[in-house]
Amino acid sequence: MRIERFCKIEEKEALTQDVNLNLIEPLIKKYKYKKGNLIPLLQGVQNIYGYIPEQAFYEISRQTGLKLNDLYGVATFYAQFRLKPVGKNIVRICHGTACHVQNASKVTEDLLNFLEIKDGETTPDGIFTVESVACLGCCSLAPVMMIGDETYGKLTGKKAVDIVKEVRRKEVLKSKKIEEPSTN
Amino acid sequence: MNKIQVIVGLGSCGIAAGAAKVYNEIERIKEADNLDFVLKKTSCIGMCFKEPLVEIKDDTGSYLYGEVDTKKIDAILESHIIKSIPLKDYLVYSDVIETPDSKYFKGQVKIALRNCGYIDPESIEEYEARKGYQAIKKIAEEKISCQDVIKIVIDSGLRGRGGGGFPTGLKWKFANSSPGTEKYVICNADEGDPGAFMDRSVLEGDPHSVLEGMIIAAYSIGANQGVIYCRAEYPLAVKRLNKAIEQARQKGYLGKDIFGIEGFDFDIYVKEGAGAFVCGEETALIASVEGERGMPRRRPPFPAVSGLWRKPTNINNVETYANIPWIILNGAAEFSKYGTEKSKGTKVFALTGKIKNGGLVEVPMGITIREIIYNLGGGIIGDKKFKAVQLGGPSGGCIPEYLSDTIVDYDSVNATGAIMGSGGMVVMDETTCMVDVARFFLDFTQKESCGKCTFCRIGTKRMLEILTRITEGEGKEGDIEKLETLANQIRESSLCGLGQTAPNPVLTTIKYFRDEYEAHIRDKKCPALYCKKLLTYEVIPEKCVGCFVCKRGCPVNAIEGEKKQVHFIKQELCIKCGDCYSKCKFDAIKVF
Repeated sequence: MRIERFCKIEEKEALTQDVNLNLIEPLIKKYKYKKGNLIPLLQGVQNIYGYIPEQAFYEISRQTGLKLNDLYGVATFYAQFRLKPVGKNIVRICHGTACHVQNASKVTEDLLNFLEIKDGETTPDGIFTVESVACLGCCSLAPVMMIGDETYGKLTGKKAVDIVKEVRRKEVLKSKKIEEPSTN
Repeated sequence: MNKIQVIVGLGSCGIAAGAAKVYNEIERIKEADNLDFVLKKTSCIGMCFKEPLVEIKDDTGSYLYGEVDTKKIDAILESHIIKSIPLKDYLVYSDVIETPDSKYFKGQVKIALRNCGYIDPESIEEYEARKGYQAIKKIAEEKISCQDVIKIVIDSGLRGRGGGGFPTGLKWKFANSSPGTEKYVICNADEGDPGAFMDRSVLEGDPHSVLEGMIIAAYSIGANQGVIYCRAEYPLAVKRLNKAIEQARQKGYLGKDIFGIEGFDFDIYVKEGAGAFVCGEETALIASVEGERGMPRRRPPFPAVSGLWRKPTNINNVETYANIPWIILNGAAEFSKYGTEKSKGTKVFALTGKIKNGGLVEVPMGITIREIIYNLGGGIIGDKKFKAVQLGGPSGGCIPEYLSDTIVDYDSVNATGAIMGSGGMVVMDETTCMVDVARFFLDFTQKESCGKCTFCRIGTKRMLEILTRITEGEGKEGDIEKLETLANQIRESSLCGLGQTAPNPVLTTIKYFRDEYEAHIRDKKCPALYCKKLLTYEVIPEKCVGCFVCKRGCPVNAIEGEKKQVHFIKQELCIKCGDCYSKCKFDAIKVF
């Protein structure tokens, strides 16, 4: 069993101050009176914030009449739901069987060492969150990782680190609003 | 003369390998050079090891180019389109020219994958052009009763392709005879087995065949609502399914009185999963569709009697539904022609791991594992020694090399202790440690256990702890026996398939590779040289030139030695990172 909980109180205060609950209003309206729609509703909330903020639970419960413990039960059951804020780019490293026998753990190890975080954590600059996942279904390209919607295959530790470096470089340029020199 | 067609494979694997960039490049070249051909998209053709794939069809035949990138495509187009000479260097398969890779397709029989890689999955017209929706139309026109449809499916001998192997026709019969007017049809597309991607390929490559199979099932049992429960990790499959459903609605293939059958109302929606392996179990899946925690419940009652919203429900897997239209059109006898006495038809396998030609293959039941690995799969990467093949994912087991003449059918595979499963086939070579493989699967099932049954929740955790200990060199006498006891207890006291089968990877590896367990426990050695903590690195004095490379790289300064003199590794400091081994240019470090 996986167990995930809300973050500690001190962490929380720093993180969850400004959650705009108006954003989820249309979602709640859409799913309010339909039975069995809790999962799509939570998925929608996560799409908006990148995770499910604690306040959103209260709001959903208040408006739909669903019990808080049922909401929390469902949110903690499924691996997809996150209760903590995440970085800009989610790096998902595949640990399926095919990737495992092709040494995915070495890729993970090198990547986590480089980013100086543990599995499931976010880098202090807020650019990456690393998650190991069970299978991305691209087994013939093993070992595989996904950053956002982009899939990278046939990795080695070094290759993975190089890719992450490149993504970080672009993010930093973007935040400084520096135009990438055109390569064409 | 027909226009030349250039078709790019845009499945998830293909896109990951860069197929979308190739597609854009072809489009650009076509515009720039004003070339005369039709550019089309398709999905996975199964040759994943050669992705990205581009097929060119002209009047002489079909030519499939592999490992195409934006540079190669220029040469291919110039030679093939402008000069009309197929470029043999990059050719992987053709119906005209023999290629080294053409063995991959020999021996395959495509029923479930009949359209994958041949049609544009986002075009309902292309599906219809290949006899799509003809099966349900045949049922409507010839007024075949639902009993007769069920009889055809029973006669075909089709068994559930999700892993259980329950006869599909019987399942339909039970759902049909359950009383009630409100019934459901569910497609289980929650392909959670790590190392399996058959269903993804079907959903991405031929979504309409799944819809048609579901429509036929709905007709047979009298259902009005269908649900496809698809993994959220498959965004492309979800997108293509939704598009297919929309197209089918527009054509009137979903909706009211469909196909002119009076009173036959049926519609389908896609429900995205949220990442829980246990939801592949049918009762847990139903709980998840209802918006609950995906926990299984006791059976009976089976879903055919009391399923979604306590109504009679038929659940089949993606591949099972994809087979149905073909069976209706070609007849039960044509399907049961393939296979063995008790397992009819074909099975799709996702061939992965240490295999040269990894990808998707559809083979008739009864073929041997050796044939799949060596004839279709081309053997082991680097021609290393083939050790075992893992079938059935976390619920399955490892079949050792000496049993590789086992034929592929439900009963023969079960006899080895593995299960057929949904079709993941992970090939392992001599460098794979079997204890570590068992630990890997236990780690997976332990995390995915829903926590309802005590033995599954806690037992798997204890087993994982023992296995981790063994791979770290802390194994004790009696550990193997303890694992066996726990395995039997978990098997007997779990409600659902997850718990009942979770010990399989451990039991089969103990059965066939007991010596490896013993080597870990007694000699503190990993014969496959995989388990890090059990390795020893040493300098081979005759080969060492004293170049300093390893010494400089060692993160814990465990290597000593003067320049141009033989180095020495201090074992008590060594953390076994293997850095010296991989950096040494003179192969002067040995590992054992």
